[in-house]
Amino acid sequence: MFKKRLSLFWTFFKIGAFTFGGGYAMIPLIRREIVETRGWMKDEDILDIIAISESTPGPIAVNSATFVGWRVGGVAGAACATLGVVLPSFIIISLIALILEQFQALRAVRYAFYGIRAGVLALLVKAVWTMYSKCPKGMVSYVVMLLSFLVAALTKVNLLFIIAGCAAIGLISSLVFRKGAEK
Amino acid sequence: MIFLSLFWTFFKIGLFTFGGGYAMLPLIQSEVLAHGWLTEAQLVDFIAVSESTPGPFAINISTYVGTTAGGSFGAVCATLGVILPSFIVILIVAKCYEKFKESRVVKGCMAGLRPAVVGLIAAAILSVARAVFFPDGASLAVFSDIGFYFSLILFAAAVAAAFKKAHPILIILAAAALGIAFGYAFKLPV
Repeated sequence: MFKKRLSLFWTFFKIGAFTFGGGYAMIPLIRREIVETRGWMKDEDILDIIAISESTPGPIAVNSATFVGWRVGGVAGAACATLGVVLPSFIIISLIALILEQFQALRAVRYAFYGIRAGVLALLVKAVWTMYSKCPKGMVSYVVMLLSFLVAALTKVNLLFIIAGCAAIGLISSLVFRKGAEK
Repeated sequence: MIFLSLFWTFFKIGLFTFGGGYAMLPLIQSEVLAHGWLTEAQLVDFIAVSESTPGPFAINISTYVGTTAGGSFGAVCATLGVILPSFIVILIVAKCYEKFKESRVVKGCMAGLRPAVVGLIAAAILSVARAVFFPDGASLAVFSDIGFYFSLILFAAAVAAAFKKAHPILIILAAAALGIAFGYAFKLPV
């Protein structure tokens, strides 16, 4: 069991160290390592990992590491896998944080970031477009999208309330529409 | 107490984020700016760093904010805070996940949460756009500023490249090179 936990840690450490873009980019790597190389889970389990990670709070990467770790090695396995997936980021960013500010004092670097900011904005636009196209469409969906956008953009309402409110709208409307369909 | 504040803030962020990628951006932006841990420009700069380094955005940004606000121990507190809700919830759900998967309540909530995340990110991007195009605050003066037009054109080109599936790191490198060329050509103040 100890060996299994160690290899859980190491497997997810590698996954954390070699995925760029996080979350969903990690799923193919998890599949290759967990299903093909180690044989810890089956192909159809991967769909469960995605479904569970998407419908629970927190980053997809951490959710899926915890879930796989638990299935393979219990609570300790979950801890090992999660620690493994987090550690590469933690180490790399801790080092970068130490030098980023000094680095940004350089004239050339400041100019570089002047350009980079416009590029990052474009990446965010692309990201929100991708999320929009994956989001289920429908009347309720569009209303919630518009409502959350307007309230967040125009008011100072705490985002946590908006998020909780939208979950409530989704829940209530799904119950109401279901009742309507039964009649 | 900065460490407790980092832990608790990131715990809340972790608990209320649904979905991958930049789903966390709106909460990070509102909390981190409100606490004064980063400026909007620093946040945008860090997104570029996160895109160019391995690992999930959520962990990268937690570690970074933790380090800048509270050193190494701050980083541990923030990162632990953001992970813990996931860890606890998954352990609870994993035991009954067949039921959870089919649960009508969960499906109903997700039907509201998924579009909400899209709307919230769009609002977060609007605020980022303000910081990118109007770094000194919105005023008419910006229309006589060559930097504004440079950013606008670069942004349009980068959007086109992103939708043509150019790799994010390639876009960041190209934008950096153009920024350097533009900065030296027009002797921008730093």
